[in-house]
Amino acid sequence: MNPDSNKKIIQTGSLPVGKFFGRGEHWLWLTGACLSVALIMIVGLLFVIVSNGAGFFWPKDLTEFTLKDGESTQKVMGILMAHDTLREEIPEGKGIRLIPETQFRVGNRDIYAADFVWYRDENISGIMKPKLGVALERMEYGNFYGFMESFKINDDVIATGGQAWERLLKELPLVNRKRKAAEAIKEHEIGEISHEIKEATIQLNKLKRNTHPTAEQVSKIEEYNQFMVAKNEEFQTLKDKAQKILDEADDYSGVFKTADGREKVIPLLNIVEAWQPNNMSVFEKCIFYVRQVWGFIFDDPRESNQEGGVFPAIFGTVVMTVLMSLAVTPFGVLAAFYLREYASQGPFVRAVRIAINNLAGVPSIVFGVFGLGFFVYFVGGTMDQLFFSDYLPTPTFGTGGILWASLTLALLTVPVVIVATEESIAAVPRGAREGSLALGASKFQTICRVVLPASVPGILTGIILSMARGAGEVAPLMITGVVKLAPELPVDLTFPFFHLDRKFMHLGFHIFDVGFQSPNVEASKPMVYTTTLLLILIIIGLNIVAIRLRDKIRKKYQTGAFA
Amino acid sequence: MGIIMDNTEKSQDTQKHRQAPAGMKRVEMDLSNESNADFNTLIKIEDLNLYYGKKQALFDVKMDIPDKQVTAFIGPSGCGKSTLLRCINRMNDLIDGVKITGICNLDGENILSNKIDVIELRKKVGMVFQKSNPFSKSIYENICYGLRIGGINDKKILDEVVERSLRGAALWEEAKDRLHDSATGFSGGQQQRLCIARAIAVEPEVLLMDEPCSALDPIATAKVEELIVELKKQYTIVIVTHNMQQAARVSDYTAFFYLGKLIEYDRTATIFTNPSLKQTEDYVTGRFG
Repeated sequence: MNPDSNKKIIQTGSLPVGKFFGRGEHWLWLTGACLSVALIMIVGLLFVIVSNGAGFFWPKDLTEFTLKDGESTQKVMGILMAHDTLREEIPEGKGIRLIPETQFRVGNRDIYAADFVWYRDENISGIMKPKLGVALERMEYGNFYGFMESFKINDDVIATGGQAWERLLKELPLVNRKRKAAEAIKEHEIGEISHEIKEATIQLNKLKRNTHPTAEQVSKIEEYNQFMVAKNEEFQTLKDKAQKILDEADDYSGVFKTADGREKVIPLLNIVEAWQPNNMSVFEKCIFYVRQVWGFIFDDPRESNQEGGVFPAIFGTVVMTVLMSLAVTPFGVLAAFYLREYASQGPFVRAVRIAINNLAGVPSIVFGVFGLGFFVYFVGGTMDQLFFSDYLPTPTFGTGGILWASLTLALLTVPVVIVATEESIAAVPRGAREGSLALGASKFQTICRVVLPASVPGILTGIILSMARGAGEVAPLMITGVVKLAPELPVDLTFPFFHLDRKFMHLGFHIFDVGFQSPNVEASKPMVYTTTLLLILIIIGLNIVAIRLRDKIRKKYQTGAFA
Repeated sequence: MGIIMDNTEKSQDTQKHRQAPAGMKRVEMDLSNESNADFNTLIKIEDLNLYYGKKQALFDVKMDIPDKQVTAFIGPSGCGKSTLLRCINRMNDLIDGVKITGICNLDGENILSNKIDVIELRKKVGMVFQKSNPFSKSIYENICYGLRIGGINDKKILDEVVERSLRGAALWEEAKDRLHDSATGFSGGQQQRLCIARAIAVEPEVLLMDEPCSALDPIATAKVEELIVELKKQYTIVIVTHNMQQAARVSDYTAFFYLGKLIEYDRTATIFTNPSLKQTEDYVTGRFG
């Protein structure tokens, strides 16, 4: 008789310790805990980034207060940023005193030395939120906080007080539009002409190098000279045109007063955005927020990247990632097909496979150095000698550029694609392969018509992974073509549209640059978070595109339930 | 307890065979000598030995497979019947380390020779697998596959072949309204008949079937069996099966394999009612294996 047969099956209460371990309950808890830790870390990271980055553009209230500074007092206005406690040692070993203090963003970098200041709470009194406090985002010197006094055209005061503010709001968009028009002329038309002048100069120099020019060459030189004169005139005209637009706009200016009573005249050309945060409704604040985010995404950076937008960096990141995918996909996929389908599986192929896997673990900076040596100096240098010798000693491809950076990243991510492709090829059911071969298909036909379509989803997974890896990589880019500030985008409307030799900006490098290379750390902190958030969003966006593509293909080439 | 004893017996049995393969009596019927008018040898296998690496899987197989008849291979798992079947269209080439010696003549050509164009051979010798393996394409494209890889893309010819093949596989009525739907939407039995249709679309001489019904329910099995009987008018069929009744129902000749050797090969009626060897009798009556 089995002694256990009298035992109740229904379990009341919790499992006894012996059974808890015996049945592997602890294993379940362990696995669950590990997953939870991973999730908490990811969510926590995202939370930190979102909470710090997303609030950056919200128009925060201006706080005005009286600051006691020794014997004298003065009024200060700024945005409350953070609270902290300072530990101060009381002399003669009488312990430690805790001093609460508050950080304000007081702006006005041109008037005060620093725009982020810590004040001890004991020195602050009379806190209030003035309705008419004005905040200005300026082209230079960061934000201005103060009050509006009057509005001036040339030197004549046109309006004062509330009317001045209204006039400012009315004129500001017009002035901004003019500034943008002038910038556009400088950027596009003048850029194009200077490019033409540069080309002509090179041709001219080439012709002049002949010591005994033929008649034809002489006439060519003459032709070029005339061309240059004409272009130079055009250049001057455009420059004047841009200047005229700016001069017109320069007539307008606003007179402002800081909280401590200093007067400041600010030309409207210098103002990007003006708002009275304490006087705005929530709806107005929302509109303002959206506009600021829009500007951040679509404007060019200013003030050594600390202000303005990050559009060139977004654009550079996306173009580079797409170029990288275009380069890595055929390479990785074809290599994987050889390894899996054609190479005879033996110790050598196993060694190759291990080497490829290990390649994924090589520090990315090593790839950067390789890219610099091989792509930039060797391939680029050779290309310059062969095709762009007229431009030398100025390098065309013999210097870092988006093409070389993309290829370097492609090299870095090729193991990911190879491994993913190999696995998806191996997962194609044997039956499908045999079915094709049994019908008299050659191996190549079988690969093209059966294996490749069935493994496309897996290949796309590899591309998704490689894109995620590549888009977030910074170190190898720093030496193969990323710059702090690129004046021109790698793709634009001037012939030949794709300028793969150009240097470019990248969000990852932007984060590094703004966060660690900037002269004003406090001011750039929120910028770092915002840029990080943007980079994550872009990577997610690129991934979603690839995932949807994969799902579409997967649906099309669904493997049969019986295959 | 009883089960364990059975196993011991069996392993002793196995050992006996391994120790003395030569001592075993083999019945190799010379069917061609028989005065049978409809017997024409299509495939002539002689002294075929097959090795997976160092392990020998087939021992001196010698048999003649008749034209336009159904020949069934039976035997317990691992006896080499599928391996032999896959020799006939050289599917064993796909497996690394397979070595084959001997002769397998099809229409007077030794298909085991290196000089054989395997692709042409496979067009002549179609195959249906144990698991139905339609491609993840439409029904139409599944059937056209063999033609398209042969370079035939003429819509008119393809339409004709698709209809003829589907009718040949008794699938036309079920498939005609959904030709361009994915083949994976079919049931298991329909998928298997689709695979048969796909195989006969290229008009092979021989149709090899490797346990075509083992994954099907009895109704689908009955349909496939009916189809086999129908198809033998046009094609020489070699079928591997674990189902004794199936072999008895559909085949004209039956070969019994055991441990890589052809034990007995005769008319199906003879094998099932009056086999020459005790071993065969034990197997077909279900007393062992």
